[in-house]
Amino acid sequence: MSDTAGNGAVLVVGGGISGLTAALEAAEVGNDVFLVEKNAYFGGRVAQLNQYFPKLCPPTCGLEINFKRIKDNRKIRTYSLTTVKSISGGPGNFEVQLETAPRYINSNCTACGDCAQACSEEIDNAFNFGMNKIKAAYLPHEMAFPRRYVLAKDACSAASLAAIKSACKYNAVDLDMQPQTFTLKVSSIIWSTGWDPYDANKITNLNYNSSNAIITNMMMERLAADNGPTKGKIVRPGDNKEPASFAFVQCAGSRDENHLQHCSYICCMATFKHISYIRAQYPEAKIYVFYIDLRTPGKYEHFREKFMADPNITFIKGKVADIVAERDGGVTLTAENAVSGTKVHQKVDLCVLATGMEPALGDQGKALGVNMDGNGFVVSDAAKGMVSAGCAKAAVDVYTSGQSSTAAALKAIQIGR
Amino acid sequence: MKKVYGAYLCTGCGIGNVLDVDGLKDAASDAGIAMSEHACLCGADGRAFIEKDIAEKGVNTIVACACSPRVMQNEFNFGEQTITIRGNLREHVAWTAGEQKEDGSVDEFLQEMATDYVRMAVTRAQKTELPEPYKLETISKKILVMGGGIAGLTAANEAAKAGYEVTIVEKDGQLGGKALGWRKMFPTAYPYTDLENPTIQDMIAEVQANSRITVKTSCEVARIGGSPGQFNVTLKAAGASTEWDAPAKVTADQQDLINKGELEDPNKGLQKYTNLNPEGEIFGAVVLATGWKPADVSQYDHLGYGKLTNVVTNAEFEKLAKNGKVPARVAFVQSPGGKDNDKDFPYCNSVTSMVALKQANYVVEDNPVDGQAYILYQHMRTPGNAEFFYKGMQAKDGVFMTKAAVTKVAASGSGLVVDVEDNLLGEDIQLEVDMVVLAAGMVPTTATDNVINLAYRQGPAFLDLDLFDGYADSHFICFPYETRRTGIYNCGGVRKAETMEETIDDATGAALKAIQCIESANRGVAVHPRSGDQTYPDFFFSRCTQCKRCTEECPFGALDDDEKGTPLPNPTRCRRCGTCMGACPERIINFADYSIDMIGSMVKAIEVPDDDEEKLRVIVFVCENDAYPAIDMSGMHRNKINRLVRFLPVRCLGSMNMVWIKDAMSAGIDGALLLGCKYGDDYQCHFVKGSEIASRRMENIGETLGSLGLEPERCGVREIAISDYDKIPAIIDEFVEEIVAMGPNPFKGF
Repeated sequence: MSDTAGNGAVLVVGGGISGLTAALEAAEVGNDVFLVEKNAYFGGRVAQLNQYFPKLCPPTCGLEINFKRIKDNRKIRTYSLTTVKSISGGPGNFEVQLETAPRYINSNCTACGDCAQACSEEIDNAFNFGMNKIKAAYLPHEMAFPRRYVLAKDACSAASLAAIKSACKYNAVDLDMQPQTFTLKVSSIIWSTGWDPYDANKITNLNYNSSNAIITNMMMERLAADNGPTKGKIVRPGDNKEPASFAFVQCAGSRDENHLQHCSYICCMATFKHISYIRAQYPEAKIYVFYIDLRTPGKYEHFREKFMADPNITFIKGKVADIVAERDGGVTLTAENAVSGTKVHQKVDLCVLATGMEPALGDQGKALGVNMDGNGFVVSDAAKGMVSAGCAKAAVDVYTSGQSSTAAALKAIQIGR
Repeated sequence: MKKVYGAYLCTGCGIGNVLDVDGLKDAASDAGIAMSEHACLCGADGRAFIEKDIAEKGVNTIVACACSPRVMQNEFNFGEQTITIRGNLREHVAWTAGEQKEDGSVDEFLQEMATDYVRMAVTRAQKTELPEPYKLETISKKILVMGGGIAGLTAANEAAKAGYEVTIVEKDGQLGGKALGWRKMFPTAYPYTDLENPTIQDMIAEVQANSRITVKTSCEVARIGGSPGQFNVTLKAAGASTEWDAPAKVTADQQDLINKGELEDPNKGLQKYTNLNPEGEIFGAVVLATGWKPADVSQYDHLGYGKLTNVVTNAEFEKLAKNGKVPARVAFVQSPGGKDNDKDFPYCNSVTSMVALKQANYVVEDNPVDGQAYILYQHMRTPGNAEFFYKGMQAKDGVFMTKAAVTKVAASGSGLVVDVEDNLLGEDIQLEVDMVVLAAGMVPTTATDNVINLAYRQGPAFLDLDLFDGYADSHFICFPYETRRTGIYNCGGVRKAETMEETIDDATGAALKAIQCIESANRGVAVHPRSGDQTYPDFFFSRCTQCKRCTEECPFGALDDDEKGTPLPNPTRCRRCGTCMGACPERIINFADYSIDMIGSMVKAIEVPDDDEEKLRVIVFVCENDAYPAIDMSGMHRNKINRLVRFLPVRCLGSMNMVWIKDAMSAGIDGALLLGCKYGDDYQCHFVKGSEIASRRMENIGETLGSLGLEPERCGVREIAISDYDKIPAIIDEFVEEIVAMGPNPFKGF
């Protein structure tokens, strides 16, 4: 395939599980596919998950086989650190301008890690939501694909940069790397730009920033992961206390007029998954789940059932009105129990906000002429040559993302035929 | 291809620092391929170094002892006509070495480990061949769609739009399925608040107007024989019995009894399953969209279905609503558990919450003055954008909703009374209503019937669907379209209870998979998960003893058999896991680049010291899908690995042939361990059954070893997940310690 494959070629924007799926499914039919990802690695949100519900298996298992399919397939070309700048033309003959941000490490990198050893600065580890630090020359995570380091050049002193450059035996450190723009000619575009965790700071009544004892559900994934900031030990950030009690605040920012109006689909299952993480480490811990509805439909109902009988888990139907930091490092939640009509005050050691999915493309999509609905999700519009997949299209789980991404691949192929 | 070899050693990334490079080169030469070294084989210069030999010496079979085969694929790809074998000296050796010795000397044990990996890579190169893809003589690119409801219509339309010929087979006299009976549809577009008029007639018209689509109503599939690219399909009038109906599964033991006249043949009067109907239609792939049936809800005594008039299911209520005005006071019961549990009816998913909302709207629409719709739920399930419709309905006059335990429905005069406890109203109440609607689930047709009617050795239906509540699935989560029958892709109600919007996506995806399967068969390559693999199992039939193990164990039903029990391969059904190869006691099943002889020879390439009790050897057969990457990650973390072990990757543990264990034991290797995926209900094996089958085989080999006077514990199986990388050193150490405690293999030196 060439850089300007043109006829029948598909551009997939976003390299999470949906984009990977869409790209692979189209390429394995025989189409040329360009897959671009804004992060330095592919895998998106699922790469950050410790386990999938309901099987409690590692997402890297599915990612590994998808990466293998990509490496074995000459029809796919991948671009990390790359974003779409502008789009012209129409279905069948799009011209897309893209930009690749400098990685400061070129393709000579063997991932030997000598640069990280030589680097003296540390930066917040974005992969772990800032819960720990990593060297400013880093591999985003163990399973990162492509397996190439990244250099946060701005975080490093001149001396450190010099040390990093000289530590590399393979001439892979390129401090003069510039943003690179390039053009692709494609027949269709799949938007699989996924989601961001809703910003917990915006839910002012939950006082996210007031205490280390309030974390988000995505932070919980990293805390529970063996390759996370605590090597899988679920402890309270800041003081590393082993919590004796936990609260889950469901619909934190979802199903809420003031925040995300949609239901984020996965948070109830995620909470039950988190309960399974907690139970593996703290068999006796008290767990309180504040919810509006427990949305664990279909197959997930079996998953919920396993925990409903646990005598140390209390389910309270009621929206949390307020969270207050306590002196001992814990927090107290206030809610009204909708069934009993009574007010509940519950103090816990660690509180998890089940924050939802905010579509990640945002205003940038509008600027690029993408058809977006009132919630910021991308509307599939085959007539315009653009289709959406996974959580760019609507809040869904991984399984449903697989379906919609495979569907998007066919819609994209049709446009090119 | 006449192989011209070249072996290359990379000394970068620490390999040259901890190993004796000349020793490794000598080992390669001794094994038959001269080896040269380079400081950075993956760089432009290193690649040029190899390319020079390709150009000047005609090298076409390369041994690259460097980093893991999971990385630098492009750098070590020298074109389709060149074989490259990778020896993993970085992640598996150099990066597991720990700190270098202060005097710079090489650790003897580490060197022996690396030397063995060099010999194994050389051996692999000597034993491998370039694959030649399996091509069908003729291929059909036509797609069969079973079922003419929303899912089937969509799949047909979408496949046709991509240029493929499609035939839809529908049991009923007309297309449309369940949607024909709908009065309204759920909202499908922003702001997702208003019900929409059904579009089913438009969908039918579009299908009927498309010249690429053939519609056969009042028709069903009698049987599907053959394989992807050339499925031989017999169609019949719906409900008819024919000699081409799909035969029931008959096991080898049952067949014996039938032959002796001790058991009645369930397939009497039917064509043998291997017979292809000369009048059958040939299709390339199948989309299964046979949908669902309304669940029976008569077992919930307290709800009165079947006993009380005017207690109806949601499906029955929809019919009423379609045909006329619905009653004014209606209670919708979403959960049957009363005070015992808060589960929905089975097979509901999140569809029945939406159905209740839609039908509540009929109540207030048809009865503008006195309409009262009560939705009694435990959990309203309106995920994603469905939430908007829920919210809109909450604001409707005449629609009341509460969390509630419905404990009893009883007759009261001409109406019904519903006992509603644990609700949001502060007290238990009784609702007087005209009608009660139960949120019955949607039972997939695959839960009760064979549906796909395959004429396969392993029987006419999908296997083990009880793991998925009867839904046609094999790989819940990552790969929704995978089933255990290649070339057959599911969508709609057979997958899960779905809304129309979801069904349309699902069916479009199924159409893509059908197309992809056809195009893959056309190229002679495998479909998921070994997509693009050009190899396939090759049988040396003259030595087959008709033991039928391969036929029975294939997770994908790829093998049929003849009267005698000799396997009849169907390569386009095959996923290339090698389970057949592992099953074969005669060792007659092999792939071009993966064979019994190759792996056995690699085992024998390990040098086993005869008389050094410090140098026991343990071979670890590693599943290349999850366990091998985990070992790589362990290396990346610079975890030390026990230096007595040798890792040998296999396609899937299902391909583990027990002769390799015997090879290892007779070569004096002291222990053998299998590392593979978790099995059981939540199996992680990409080939569904591989690790489970391997464990079973290992139990049997244990007995064999016992009969030879060897401890069965010398062989073990461990299940690991890909994320268990930091646990691997301990798992390995523990096994090695057990072997050390047992002492050397007594066959050593023989």
